[in-house]
Amino acid sequence: MSLHNEQIKNKLINKFGDVVANFEEPYGMLTFEAPTEMNLKVLQFLYDDEELKFRFLTDLTAVHYPENEGKELAVVYQLHNLVDNIRIRFKVFTPVAKPDVFTASYLFSAANWMERESFDFYGVNFVGHPNLKRILNVDEMTYFPLRKEFPLEDQSRIDKDDEMFGRG
Amino acid sequence: MRPVRFNIHPKEATTATAVSMVEAPEGYGGEGFFTAKLSDVVGLARKNSIWPLPFATSCCGIEFMATAAAHYDLARFGAERMAFTPRQCDLLMVMGTIAKKMGPVVKQVYLQMAEPRWVIAVGACASSGGIFDTYSVLQGIDQIVPVDVYVPGCPPRPEAILDGFMKVQELVGLESIRRRNSQQYKALMESYGIE
Repeated sequence: MSLHNEQIKNKLINKFGDVVANFEEPYGMLTFEAPTEMNLKVLQFLYDDEELKFRFLTDLTAVHYPENEGKELAVVYQLHNLVDNIRIRFKVFTPVAKPDVFTASYLFSAANWMERESFDFYGVNFVGHPNLKRILNVDEMTYFPLRKEFPLEDQSRIDKDDEMFGRG
Repeated sequence: MRPVRFNIHPKEATTATAVSMVEAPEGYGGEGFFTAKLSDVVGLARKNSIWPLPFATSCCGIEFMATAAAHYDLARFGAERMAFTPRQCDLLMVMGTIAKKMGPVVKQVYLQMAEPRWVIAVGACASSGGIFDTYSVLQGIDQIVPVDVYVPGCPPRPEAILDGFMKVQELVGLESIRRRNSQQYKALMESYGIE
């Protein structure tokens, strides 16, 4: 019998108790949170468990919520159980002042570049990453461009008159 | 003979007007001799044999392909010889969005070209960053290399690219042969950090 969201949720709660929280099912996809320092334990459990078998990391990304004091940066893991074809979303939150998250590169090789990308754009510091440097942007870039405090437009321009763009 | 002739009043082809020749420069000539300014003659030779280096990164490059193909035919201007080595080329045609990470590549290509060299920025992105007013895109290639002619448009039609090319020809033809040794030119190069 294939796996259901309810079973996954119960297994996680049996194993971790109330450490895993905020279960949601947007569009039928199980989503939950754990404390930042628990991320590897949860991922390892999801990987190793003989029923869960979440052994494919579809995506790893970060999100910036500036209004979320103390938990500004979210790191989102999207995992796929290829046997039962079921996906889940797992989030950890970290303060933007000290965005340290343990790296998942040793569990999933795919996490290597995706963590570099999250570092590049959001400045998430993946502790223990083998090669944490910018992957897409120019090396000289001094900021993390997808954090919300940076406006989308290039701020180095002096030749664009704001009035002509309706934002004077 | 096709069963239906669409053009019922066919015009007989004549080659008399089909071959175009370049006007001779201003000068004084007679039986077996001709005198003119050296810069005019050099300019005439240069402007009608420009070797373009297409640096195409996006949709403007597609328009350029149309420009170079038979219908618009860039070869009419003596520029049929596209080369993909900067060392042989006279004109760098930058067509398309240049990301900041691509900037050093454009500059390297420019540096590898031998003097005299010209640059044309085709399209909004190469000229000013265009719609990509964002952290990852170079806001106009004139931030890294000096540009001679800008072609506006998003993307510009082949006619516009041809017009830009003819503007370059005009610049090439009228350029003094001493320009590249002048103080102003040295200052321009230094402002871009080029020796």
